Amino acid sequence: MPSFSSPRRQFLAGITAELPILLGGIPFGIVYGVVALAAGLTAWQAQAMSAIVFAGSAQFITAQLVGAGAPGLVIILTGGVVNMRHALYSASVAPYIKPLRPLWKWLLGYLLTDEAYAVTITHYYQNTPADPSHEVGPPSVSRHEHWYFLGSGLALWSTWQASTAVGVFLGAVIPESWPLDFAVPLTFIALVVPALRDRASVSAGVIAGVVAVLAVGMPLKLGLIAATIIGIVVGLWVEGRA
Amino acid sequence: MNLWLVMIAIGLITYATRLSFILIFGQMEMPHNVRRALRFVPAAVLSAIIFPEMLIRDGTLYLSPANEHLLAGLLASLVAWRTKNALLTILTGMSALLLLQALTHQF
Repeated sequence: MPSFSSPRRQFLAGITAELPILLGGIPFGIVYGVVALAAGLTAWQAQAMSAIVFAGSAQFITAQLVGAGAPGLVIILTGGVVNMRHALYSASVAPYIKPLRPLWKWLLGYLLTDEAYAVTITHYYQNTPADPSHEVGPPSVSRHEHWYFLGSGLALWSTWQASTAVGVFLGAVIPESWPLDFAVPLTFIALVVPALRDRASVSAGVIAGVVAVLAVGMPLKLGLIAATIIGIVVGLWVEGRA
Repeated sequence: MNLWLVMIAIGLITYATRLSFILIFGQMEMPHNVRRALRFVPAAVLSAIIFPEMLIRDGTLYLSPANEHLLAGLLASLVAWRTKNALLTILTGMSALLLLQALTHQF
């Protein structure tokens, strides 16, 4: 019964729910560690980025742009923009963790990744009233749901750090002649293709890609940012027409 | 710019984004149009990196059946579309590239 679940049981349930996603995340962490070294990051930098940024696509993009010699500001802007989607997750979980103490909010905010969000928000939907924003006080069901969030978040965090370490180790061993840098666009294909679910998102992706190809001569890799903005605008336009 | 500074800046922006609605805007709804726009960010930015990686060689468009990166990338996209399996996608694309490069160097 969820409403009588202890913190411990919630915590373990969160870890368990995260397990299938972890299996998919481990190869990403390993590939990230390998390509970060190939892009010229030191082992320490590659490992530290997994804790400081703790967001797969932004880390891959940073490694890719460092390898391509992009200026720091462009890397920061691109990495920041790609992580803007976390604002959606933040808005979505905010009503559920509103009653918590600030320390909890700071901790859970740090652990709010795609993977932890996917599992946690499903759990909240199943165990709390349909629209929590109408609740003034604490949710009327279990007071320990945040332990579930913590369990899934920490499970992902530790797996990400460990798989990065494995990748950093492998990256130092694998011969340099292997075309490892190709693992970055392949990783992005694995991320983006399943997410192209409707005409609007397909249009956003294809137009952004075409503009990026046309704008490849632009200085400072600014074509990437121009292409992203144009892609988003086209996505909005196609969605608005439907 | 120092790479450590770049990493810390991205880390701070990411953390601020994650905390935004949880901490600061706890009382506020996200504007509808912002929510709509954010949905397209991953597709747009990732495609903007993928396409040039596949289609550009030495600064110019390389649209040819001899472009091994393009062929391997298309095969990987097919696998990603059919299976939604990330590991299988990466392994297929990587094996295809190694195989195509081995063939090209042989003939």
